[in-house]
Amino acid sequence: MNNHLLVIGASSDIAAATATRFATAGYRVSLASRNVNRLQDFANDLHIRTQQAVDLYELDIRDRESREQLLNALPELPSAVLCAVGYLGDQAEAQTELSAAETILETNYNAVCYMLNPFADQFEKRGSGSIIAISSVAGDRGRKSNYLYGSAKAGLSAYLSGLRNRLFAAGVHVLEVRPGFVRTKMTADMVLPEKLTASPEAVADKIYQAAVKKKDVIYVKSIWRLIMLVIRNLPEFIFKRTSL
Amino acid sequence: MQTRSGWGNNPRIQSRVFDLQDRKQLAGHIDSTDSLIAYGNGRSYGDSALWEDLVDTKRHKFFLAFDEEKGSLTVQAGCMLSDILQVFVPRGWFLKVSPGTKLITVGGAIASDVHGKNHHIEGCFSECVEELTLMQEQGKTVVCSRDQDPDLFRATCGGQGLTGIILEAKITLKRIESSSLSVCTYKTDSLQETFKIFEQQAQADYSVAWIDCLASGTALGRAHVSTGEFKTDQNLSYAPRRRLSLPFFLPRFVLNSLTVKVFNVLYYHRQLRTVKKSSASLDSFFYPLDSIAHWNRAYGKQGFVQYQVIFPLQHSYVGLQQVLGKIATAKKGSFLAVLKLHGEENDNYLSFPLKGYSLALDFKYEKSVFALLDDLDKVVVANGGRTYLAKDSRVSKEVFEQGYPAIKRFRALRQERNLQHKFRSLQSQRLEL
Repeated sequence: MNNHLLVIGASSDIAAATATRFATAGYRVSLASRNVNRLQDFANDLHIRTQQAVDLYELDIRDRESREQLLNALPELPSAVLCAVGYLGDQAEAQTELSAAETILETNYNAVCYMLNPFADQFEKRGSGSIIAISSVAGDRGRKSNYLYGSAKAGLSAYLSGLRNRLFAAGVHVLEVRPGFVRTKMTADMVLPEKLTASPEAVADKIYQAAVKKKDVIYVKSIWRLIMLVIRNLPEFIFKRTSL
Repeated sequence: MQTRSGWGNNPRIQSRVFDLQDRKQLAGHIDSTDSLIAYGNGRSYGDSALWEDLVDTKRHKFFLAFDEEKGSLTVQAGCMLSDILQVFVPRGWFLKVSPGTKLITVGGAIASDVHGKNHHIEGCFSECVEELTLMQEQGKTVVCSRDQDPDLFRATCGGQGLTGIILEAKITLKRIESSSLSVCTYKTDSLQETFKIFEQQAQADYSVAWIDCLASGTALGRAHVSTGEFKTDQNLSYAPRRRLSLPFFLPRFVLNSLTVKVFNVLYYHRQLRTVKKSSASLDSFFYPLDSIAHWNRAYGKQGFVQYQVIFPLQHSYVGLQQVLGKIATAKKGSFLAVLKLHGEENDNYLSFPLKGYSLALDFKYEKSVFALLDDLDKVVVANGGRTYLAKDSRVSKEVFEQGYPAIKRFRALRQERNLQHKFRSLQSQRLEL
C-alpha cells in the first residue's frame, strides 16, 4: 500500500502544516476543501518542496452528494485520512438562531461522522489504515462560552472512541487530536497565553509522531492534559458557578 | 502598532504593520495608505526598511515553480533563503549568490542586491534574478527583467524597496555536488600581505577575510584569509543544526575596548600555521553567525551600527590603511571585521559593490562612535569609496551622493513613475532617495 494521506478540511492552518509534515515524510497528499482555488498555490508549493503528488478535491462536507463525489473521485483508497474540519461559530448567535446552531453542530459532528463512515468500512475490509481527527479540548467539558461547539466535539470524541473499539481488531488505527490553543488564522485576533499555545507546525509534528506510534488520544502540549484533567474533575456544583 | 527595528536594533520605531497574504488586499492597502515600505526578515541593519507603515512580506512565501532543467525557481518574495536551501541542497542545488546569512527573504536580497564570498566571480544577487514582479501604485503589477523594462529592473535591484512591493521573483540556482567545502585559510601579518593573498587567490570560488581591526603599526591589516570551493563527494546531506540562542540583551559593558582587543588577539593567534587546509559544512562556511539566534543582542539594548565601506582598487590600500588606523587609534572595533576583494561593478543604480576592497565592521551604539564614523566618511569620500545602504542608518546625504553618482537616475525614475511619495523609508527620507 502506498503512503497516501487524504486531508478533509484542508484549508485550515493545522491541516496545511500536517499535510506538509506527511508529504515531507514521503506521503502522497490529497487535499479536500470547500474552496480549492484558494489552495492552488499551497498545493503547488507543497509539490515543489516534497516532489510528492498533491491533488485537490472540491468538498462541501455538509452536502451528501459532494461527499459521494469525493469518494468516487479518489483514484485509490488512501492509507490515512485526516479530518481537520472545525467550525467555531458564534455561541451567542447560535443560542437564538437555529441555522447558526445547525451549522455548528452539523459541521463539527454529523458531517464528520458521515464522511468518515465509508472510510472506516473500507479500511476495515482492507485490514489497515489510519483515521485521524482533530477534535478539541472544548469537548472535554461543556462551558457556557462555547458549549454548542464543545458538545459537537464531545460527540466526535465518543464517535472516535467507538470507532477505535470497533476497528482495533481489524488493525485500523484511530487517532484523536485535542490541540488546545494554536496560533492560526482562526485565533489571529485573540491574545493567547504563550505557554499554552502551539504553532501549527508543532501540532503537525505531534500528529505525525502519534500516527507513527499509533497513539489513541493526544493533547499537543502536555500541560493541556493536566488542565483538562482538573476541569473534567471539578464537581458540577462548583463548575456551574465558574466562568472559564 | 508594533515595535520594529533593523538588525542593528537602532533606530527602533512604532509602525503599523500590514500582513501580506493576498494581492488584492495589498492593492487596496497601497491605495488607502499615504506611504509605506516592505519589511522582510528585518536583517538589513539600519533604517532602510523602517517607516510608519510597513508591509510585512514573511507570510507571502510560496514556491511557485521550479524548472529542473535550468534550475530556475520562482518564489514569492517573503520566501527565506534558508527555506530554499533546506529543500534544494539535498537535490544538488545552491544559491548562485548568497550573503553571509541565510535568514533573509528573497525580496530583501533583491532590494539590497546582496553579495557574498563569490562576488569576484558571480557578482551580486541580481545576477541570478531572471525576472521580478512588483506592485506599485493603484495595485498595478509590473514585471521587469534585463529585457523587459530594464530601467525598472536596475532601479529595483539594490533600490531598497523604493520602487514598489516586490511580490515574486524568478531566480537561477547553481548545481553542487556536495554540501561541504574544502577550505584553505592563510594567516597574514600585514595589510600588504593580506592584499597579496587575495590577489593570488583571485581564481578561488569563494574568498573572504577576517581582519584584526585593532592591530596597529606594522601589524595593521593582519588577517585570516579563507578560500573555499565545493567538494565533489556527492554527499548532499543537509540537516539543519540546532541553533544556540542569546536569550537576552547583554549589558552594555560586556563589549568594551579591552574585551574586543583580547578577542581579536586570541582569534588571530588561534591558527598557528600560516596556511591551514580544512573542511567545512555549507552552513559553517557561509553562515557562521546564523548558528547563534539573536547574536545582535550582544551589543546591548541600545543596539549597534554596522559600517561597510568599499574603495576602488587603486585607492583600496590607502583608504583601508587610513580607516583601520583611525579605528585602532579610537580603540573602537568589533569582533568580526570582514574584508573582501570584489569583482566588477554592475549597472544597477544603487548596488554597493565595485571592483576593490570592502571592509565591514560593527560598533556598539554610543555617542562617541558617530564622530569616528563621520571621520571615516571623509576618508571614504577622499578615496572615491562608498558605504552600503543595507547597513546604514546615519550617513549624510552629501557623503552618500558622492559615492553613488547614479542616484540622479534613480531619483528621476522614482519621479517619472510617481513612486517617490508612495514608497518611503526613514532612509529614503534622510537621503532623499
